[in-house]
Amino acid sequence: MKAEIEVLQPGLFSTIQDLGRFGFQKFGVPHSGVMDRYAMRICNLILGNPEEASVLEITMQGPQLKFNAPTSICISGADLSPELNGEPIENNTFIEIQQGDILKFGTRKSGFRSYLGILGGFQTEFIMESFSWYEGLTENFRLRKGIKLSYKSQRLAITETHSNLKLDINYLNRNEVEVYPGPEFDQLSATQQDQIFNSQFKTDDSSNRMAVQFKEDLINELQPIITSPVMPGTVQLTPSGKIIVLMRDCQTTGGYPRILQLSEKGIQVLSQKFPGEEINFKEVKYPEL
Amino acid sequence: MAEFPKIAPLGDRGILISFGDEISPETLKKVLFYKSKIEKSKFKQKIEVTNTYNSLLIIYMFTIEDIYSEFSRLKSLIEEANISKKRNYRIFHLPVCYDKKFGLDLDYISRVNNLTKSEIIQLHTAPIYQVYFIGFLPGFLYLGGLDEKLKISRKKTPRRSVEKGSVGIGENQTGIYPKNSPGGWQVIGRSPVNLFDKNNVQPSPFSAGDKIKFIATSKEEYYEIEKQIEKGNYKLKTENHEG
Repeated sequence: MKAEIEVLQPGLFSTIQDLGRFGFQKFGVPHSGVMDRYAMRICNLILGNPEEASVLEITMQGPQLKFNAPTSICISGADLSPELNGEPIENNTFIEIQQGDILKFGTRKSGFRSYLGILGGFQTEFIMESFSWYEGLTENFRLRKGIKLSYKSQRLAITETHSNLKLDINYLNRNEVEVYPGPEFDQLSATQQDQIFNSQFKTDDSSNRMAVQFKEDLINELQPIITSPVMPGTVQLTPSGKIIVLMRDCQTTGGYPRILQLSEKGIQVLSQKFPGEEINFKEVKYPEL
Repeated sequence: MAEFPKIAPLGDRGILISFGDEISPETLKKVLFYKSKIEKSKFKQKIEVTNTYNSLLIIYMFTIEDIYSEFSRLKSLIEEANISKKRNYRIFHLPVCYDKKFGLDLDYISRVNNLTKSEIIQLHTAPIYQVYFIGFLPGFLYLGGLDEKLKISRKKTPRRSVEKGSVGIGENQTGIYPKNSPGGWQVIGRSPVNLFDKNNVQPSPFSAGDKIKFIATSKEEYYEIEKQIEKGNYKLKTENHEG
């Protein structure tokens, strides 16, 4: 029998992700991949998986999943009160799964995105060198009731306990988002620059895997630029003064001034912000090159 | 070192190389020359290089470990390079049917720009367009070379759905919708050719640096090509050029 997870309830929004598609931007294909790479890494390290093994990225409200074959899992990132057969389980621990086990999630305690790692990674559709779901490219682009997620049923004799793994989960509650100046940063006025680094920004409900937006606008007179390359973490400023942080599913090019660029750490922190939570941008300077 | 190309880090996973503000085939030639130079050089981790009209972005899969050595290595790579004058390119013949069934805004352009429909078709099929890059959406071509006379503003209210293959004009740009999507360009025709096929090793037939010529086809030819594409035995006509 094929080892599969049956989706009993889909929850709010979940997708299979890995590190994304690399090498297809020349065809206009977005990178995709997990929003919070750190959490994915923790899952895979604890399971003894390759670091790039695919995981399930779960947003805010978790699904209900039934395993039809034994395996092991690890949950990291947001704490969405996971339960196995009705018993609470902890994040960032190695958990053994028996045939018929049911995993579900409850109240959100911290963070916004939780990650479910599984031994050997999910064995779902592999398109353009990646497992990452993306609408238009993969058959599935969000978890739906009745979908089956394949995995390799195997047992792992744990040789390492990973007790020496140093976890830093404080980032889940951090509000400081690290940014470097972007290519068009110098075109901003001193007032605008000051406003960016000395204001709080409230994340907007419209935020998703493509971009995070904020409720607050900047007064802006910067004109659009010649269409130029962008990447996850690029912060654009629209003519109407909207600040847009491009995230993993972002397009490959854009025509708005690129005022900032998030560090990987910055993307990690922002990925875990609940809509309505406030953040502030903390400037990181480039080294003298 | 000359002012351009200018090299600068972009966050902790990117390095950006810019070539000034000009949009021209000459700038593109430079951009693509350095692009292939960089792609051929050895990196300590997986990278990919994207290009637009006048810049290159090297995206690293992971955070760059030693930005100092990486930066100086790329800098000397760029400084040492002698740009070759020659670059071979292909001209693709892309069939487009400008029938009013597909050219939803032909009447509008005709009125606003004071051109007959056959003049519009003539002006649109005459140039050899430069493919600058593919971006925005999978398979979407950024083309240069539209005749000034065809310049027209985007629709005030974008259409909620524009059919895949639709050929449109927005300001001084022309392009083809790779899939059904909302869009604000003025639509003048439709091409039966697939601009993006996820199951193909080469998902788009085109790459930056190629050139395109639109070939006006009748409705009958359009449907005939569509049939051939479905059967998988249609091949785009290309001309190879040197220089």
